[in-house]
Amino acid sequence: MKLLVCISKTPDTTSKIAFTNGNSEFDTSGISYIMNPYDEWYALVRAIELKEANGGSVTVINVGPASNDQTIRKALAIGADDAIRVNAEPKSAMYVAKQIAEQAKAGGYDIVFTGKETIDYNGSEIGAMVAEYLDQPFISYGVSLEAAGGNATVKRDIEGGIETVELATPFVVSAAKGMAEQRIPNMRGIMMAKRKPLNVVEPVAAKDPSVTVSFDLPPAKTGVKLVDPENMGELVRLLKEEAKII
Amino acid sequence: MVNTLEEKKSLKGGEFLLKDSSYKDTFIPEEMNEDQQMVRDMVLDFIKNEIYPIDARMEKLEEGLNELVLEKAAALGLLGTHMPEAYGGLEMDTNTNTVITDYFGSVGNGFTVTYAVQTGIGMLPLLYFGTEEQKQKYLVPAISAEKKVCYCLTEPSSGSDALSAKTRADLSEDGKHYTINGQKMWISSSGFADTFIVFAQVDGDKFTGFIVDGGTPGLTLGAEEEKMGIHASSTRQVFFENVKVPAENVLGKIGEGHKIAFNVLNVGRYKLGAMCVGGARKGIDLSVKYANERNQFRKPIASFGAIKHKLGEQTIRLFAVESALYRASHLMQELKHDLMKGGKSFTEATLISAEEYAMECAILKVIGSEMSDYVVDEAVQIHGGMGFSEETAVSRAYRDSRISRIYEGTNEINRLLTVNTLMKRVMKQELDFLSPAMAVQKELMEGTTTPLGEGKYGQEEKTIKDFKKAILMVLGSAAKLQMEGKLNLKEEQEIVMNISDMIMDTFVAESLLLRIQKLGELTEKPQSQEIYDAILKVYFTDMNAKIAKDGMDAIVSFAEGDAMKGLLSGLRKFTKYPPINVKKARRLVADTLIEANGYCL
Repeated sequence: MKLLVCISKTPDTTSKIAFTNGNSEFDTSGISYIMNPYDEWYALVRAIELKEANGGSVTVINVGPASNDQTIRKALAIGADDAIRVNAEPKSAMYVAKQIAEQAKAGGYDIVFTGKETIDYNGSEIGAMVAEYLDQPFISYGVSLEAAGGNATVKRDIEGGIETVELATPFVVSAAKGMAEQRIPNMRGIMMAKRKPLNVVEPVAAKDPSVTVSFDLPPAKTGVKLVDPENMGELVRLLKEEAKII
Repeated sequence: MVNTLEEKKSLKGGEFLLKDSSYKDTFIPEEMNEDQQMVRDMVLDFIKNEIYPIDARMEKLEEGLNELVLEKAAALGLLGTHMPEAYGGLEMDTNTNTVITDYFGSVGNGFTVTYAVQTGIGMLPLLYFGTEEQKQKYLVPAISAEKKVCYCLTEPSSGSDALSAKTRADLSEDGKHYTINGQKMWISSSGFADTFIVFAQVDGDKFTGFIVDGGTPGLTLGAEEEKMGIHASSTRQVFFENVKVPAENVLGKIGEGHKIAFNVLNVGRYKLGAMCVGGARKGIDLSVKYANERNQFRKPIASFGAIKHKLGEQTIRLFAVESALYRASHLMQELKHDLMKGGKSFTEATLISAEEYAMECAILKVIGSEMSDYVVDEAVQIHGGMGFSEETAVSRAYRDSRISRIYEGTNEINRLLTVNTLMKRVMKQELDFLSPAMAVQKELMEGTTTPLGEGKYGQEEKTIKDFKKAILMVLGSAAKLQMEGKLNLKEEQEIVMNISDMIMDTFVAESLLLRIQKLGELTEKPQSQEIYDAILKVYFTDMNAKIAKDGMDAIVSFAEGDAMKGLLSGLRKFTKYPPINVKKARRLVADTLIEANGYCL
């Protein structure tokens, strides 16, 4: 079974978020990065588990500059066999999806995994776009995935419950919490990571039709008003006139 | 043995006091390579995923949990990173091992002790002194955590004076086994250990190491001790009543148990220093977060100068000790590397490099544990009443930290050891103390002064030279009186403690300077150079005052009349770091952490 896992590099969850250039760009100063947890904990680990059960290979793919190599090597340390980095700035979801699709087409994978979303822009778009470019089915929010002999059963999160889907490979799936559990790379994995192939390829020409105009932070929290428990009339007035929630 | 050091002009153990060091030769944590960063993150992930969820149960010393976590750590390869590949280890370099130990220090419960016992005083006697059969039988399963190890040295009547142990071992008439009788105390991990490294007097007077299997008839355990802290660690008494041990389980040679005990302790001390750094980093992180979150007088308490002083000072002290840790680690790594290139085995090189830097290891233990105690004490203070509640992590950190000043040789023993080791090396002519001491003498007579160094840190370079001169002057004078029979330093421990403190403070201050000089050349670093400079200047100001005080206490304790006046005048000359606005500098450091809402250096 040939498996491809798309991994993204995202700011650490504790990062302070700020913007520059007229609020149109993310301010990267002082930011430390991690592998997108949905890609790492669920997509990558489930792909590795399937390989361990059925044989085959796990390739990871990232679209980004050379500074992403450290994140890619973490995926190799966790257990991926090899990696592809498309040497380009990930300008938009559509651009990234096109790059991934080109490599996926060339590699002929049985399943392409993504995380359900990245924790920075929360787009949830890449999986569907890659599937469209590949003309393959797409299953979103997968919480479990069993696959063998060209067939797969995917359980996916839907509003208020779980939907079970059966389908034949190849397909694209986005992984959500529950599909696997975080796997810590072991020491040998870390030592081996540098010896595994990390192939850098140049991007293909791709459309990049959208432009980010600006980002806005949520309004800052306002102060707390304390109301005397004896003065309930005042509380009602504040809820009505200031908070406007009753 | 030290040929390779001389060829490379690397510092020998203790030689930092007698020679200049260059920042180019040191290692700073900001230079961690990708693998080291990945290893660090892995340790933190391990703690988060495998320890935090069961932390409360571990604190209650629930049966089986220490073993379980050790086994999980072993499965990831974490227990053998410093061990030879032939026994299932990974032979990683010293600096990477320092990173691992450092970050394991942030566990936040007594598992730090379990980890340190298994990988340190548990495995090292087997590695250094075990026969090939003993290594296969005991070291291999210790690395894989199939066997848990404990180290039985201390007895009710012998702690610091370890060699006076009363436990004895007598050889059977047929020469096939020894019979051990006696009692050991404060034995970490003994509650679940499978392998006991035991020290006993053969025929009542030959201090010797043994490997004893758990479950051997006659080996029994006392109840778990009710301790002030490290509750997650098992600590019991171990009793030996006619315990029969096969003769092939003698570890090392008969009568040479002290070699095992002392060599293992060198590494144990460096590891403890490293763990104190990791623990303190976490303590500061908790302090900053709480100070930002807690409002009084309608403002976060982090906005008050009194709290900023604490946050700044916690950080400065940690940062300085951390610099010393990685500097010493790198010295050991370089020597080990050279020894292996020269044909020594991994094991021999590990042993020799720790022995060479025994003095630096003792220093790390003392400064690490005292810095950690300071940090957790202030962490409780910043938390106010909440800090006194068992609900908060800092309360436990405060209790857990206290043992570090006691075990692996008390800080008092390690202070004595620091000066003793130095003097022994001088007497054996391994270090040239005389020439620099004479030069200081000459300088005092002629009234010349140390010139400023070149560049941005010229003042600090001069100050380090001056601190060293102060030590050479005080120690040299005391040693001279000792040789003339006018002073017996063995009976004057207070003076030795003063001098030892001067040595330790100088080692740390110089390590900090080297780190900050190196940071000055890095383009990518966590903070701007201005922050690091503030740390440097506050630390130098404080150490200048401290060295002046320790030097004065020592001088007035052994010198009189004109000799005393001359020495005090020299001391004043050597402790003249110019004043700076320390309030502003500490605030700059504190504000950086407050803004980041956590430790961010």
